Amino acid sequence: MQMHSLAFDISHTLAGGLVLISLMMLYQDRLYSLLNVFALHALVLSLSVAWQAFIQDAPHLYVTAVIALVFKAIVIPVALHRIVKQLGIHRDIESAVGIGPTMLAGMGLVALSLVLMLRVTSDADPLAREDLAFALSVVLLGLLVMVTRRNAVSQVVGFMSLENGLVLAATGAKGMPLVVEISVAFSILIAFIVIGIFLFRIRERFDSVDVSALDDFRGERR
Amino acid sequence: MTVPFFDPVTAVLLIPISSAALLAAMPGYRLTARLNVVASLATFLSALSLFMVERPSPGPYVLIDDLNIVFIVLNTFVGFTTSIFSASYIAHELETGRLTPVYLRFYHAMYQIMMFGMNLAFVSNNIGLMWVAVELATLTTVLMVGIYRTHAALEAAWKYFILGSVGIALALFGTILVYMAARPVMGEGQDGMVWTLLVERAANFDAALLNVAFVFLFLGYGTKVGLAPLHAWLPDAHAEGPTPISAVLSGLLLNVALYALLRFKILLAANPASIAPGPLMVTMGLVSLIFAAFMLYRRRDIKRLFAYSSIEHMGIIVFAFGMGGPLANFAGLLHMVMHSLTKSAIFYAVGHISQIKGTQRISRIRGLTVTHPALGWGLVVGVVAIAGLPPLGIFMSEFLVVSSTFARQPLLAIVLVFGLLLAFGALTLRLTSVAFGEPRGSTAPADASYIPMFAHLALVLGAGIYLPAPLVVWFQHVAQLLG
Repeated sequence: MQMHSLAFDISHTLAGGLVLISLMMLYQDRLYSLLNVFALHALVLSLSVAWQAFIQDAPHLYVTAVIALVFKAIVIPVALHRIVKQLGIHRDIESAVGIGPTMLAGMGLVALSLVLMLRVTSDADPLAREDLAFALSVVLLGLLVMVTRRNAVSQVVGFMSLENGLVLAATGAKGMPLVVEISVAFSILIAFIVIGIFLFRIRERFDSVDVSALDDFRGERR
Repeated sequence: MTVPFFDPVTAVLLIPISSAALLAAMPGYRLTARLNVVASLATFLSALSLFMVERPSPGPYVLIDDLNIVFIVLNTFVGFTTSIFSASYIAHELETGRLTPVYLRFYHAMYQIMMFGMNLAFVSNNIGLMWVAVELATLTTVLMVGIYRTHAALEAAWKYFILGSVGIALALFGTILVYMAARPVMGEGQDGMVWTLLVERAANFDAALLNVAFVFLFLGYGTKVGLAPLHAWLPDAHAEGPTPISAVLSGLLLNVALYALLRFKILLAANPASIAPGPLMVTMGLVSLIFAAFMLYRRRDIKRLFAYSSIEHMGIIVFAFGMGGPLANFAGLLHMVMHSLTKSAIFYAVGHISQIKGTQRISRIRGLTVTHPALGWGLVVGVVAIAGLPPLGIFMSEFLVVSSTFARQPLLAIVLVFGLLLAFGALTLRLTSVAFGEPRGSTAPADASYIPMFAHLALVLGAGIYLPAPLVVWFQHVAQLLG
């Protein structure tokens, strides 16, 4: 029991750390710092996945951990750093909603997911149960990052943190098949998005207070 | 009857993927467009042969049952006719320089990969594999929506990408939750994701977890079905991409997501303690219907108009499946088939029309029946069909939806009829201005391929007048399966 609870504590800490880092993302108002926080997020994820691989004795999960480490913690942040520099948007402060309301909303979402998941999973084993609650928090916080940002790069960062939450959930679900395949599929998806930003130089989310410009885009002006 | 060395399931998957590789490598427009048609035809024929050969028993990855055969055959058929339409449409795009040969190669390869993804989603018996396949199909359509690389096209592709990715992420979370709900019963590993095994033992699953899972799956795949208020990507993606892609988006890709939803609905129905998915689907269906019907009035772009009409019809279909029961399910299934055929026929017509007129603006298109009788009347028949007038097929399926609802929930039926009439009004209003009156815009002769459009319309008309008995029996059986 004592050994078991050590394993439990470590995975608990790592998953909780992910939620904390997700919350940290909410108040980053510079793109570079947002990217750094994301790299940390991916690093903690890869530690968490590696730990799950160890305690579940599931060697294939190490592949997912390595993907998270190399691809998400190193390659993607570096590539996005360069894109931000090339597009010249590194000075932008680009959140659509103030930090205060965003943080409050973030805390609300974490509370919501804990209440929801802990209530419905009362029969599941405690490890998977808390893992799932944390994972849902990370997913919802990622969504929050996506909706409160205007910039395409930070939306992608939001999406990637959301996806980290999914990987956390998938690895926490003991013995789930196809985890590696799904994480590879997601990596391809993200690579496509990043290439898309780079090729098409999408600077912003195209939203504007000027409604006539919007109508023009949609070809709906009279 | 079994044919040695021929397995239709493998063929349905292998033909698209191998021809995608071939199309990516081959230069020259004429050859590749033809190869695209041939490959799509071969896929369709192998799908048809699913009726003849003995079905493989459900394995860990592949499942063939009465439900998905309907989807696969419809999918490959519309894929085939769209490839014919696409050949003539793309020729025009090349002439006007909107597409370059390199992009064309890319386009054809993506078309076949998309067909592969959709077929894989239909045949997969593994909920994880199904998720991957839906993601693949989405990704390829995103790339094709943005293929013109104009500002508007990129905006549409980006919006589609972000919303589609969020949808797909929520669906994955739902899939993981289903596995978690099943794990105490199914044990760890492979079996926990095999749909047929899950359904067999669903009664013992943790109901609360399954409920939450369904909410996520419904929101996730519902985004891809285009249910309001998650529909924001759909009109843009339809309007800015090449028209063959609008046709397959409306006619096929929405069905793929719907199919995934239906599979999970069956799973939930097998667990008596879980919530009934019906009310959720009924509500979202009605909201989509009413919302889209109102939105139809304000559209000035012809492709956007029909995109909203797709939201409306997906609303009706989801409503029908949400009502459940043999009759409503039958109606929903029939409506889905009719909608796919009609909507893609309309997009074939609209594609050629907007090419001739050089615009998608409704106010600049007038008097089509005078200048281009075949296209104009084709569009008229298509719109009459989609608006739900007799004697065409959609009238029949809508009538079945309405009458089965009246028998059980008269109040809901009133809302439904209100939405249908609203949409009918909007479509007639637009149709009269586009099809009749003083011609406006270019009157250049159309270099169109009429066969796909009229083939679809003939099928819709035929189904409206007479449904063959074997088909009725088949659909009734599937309706029973859907519970």
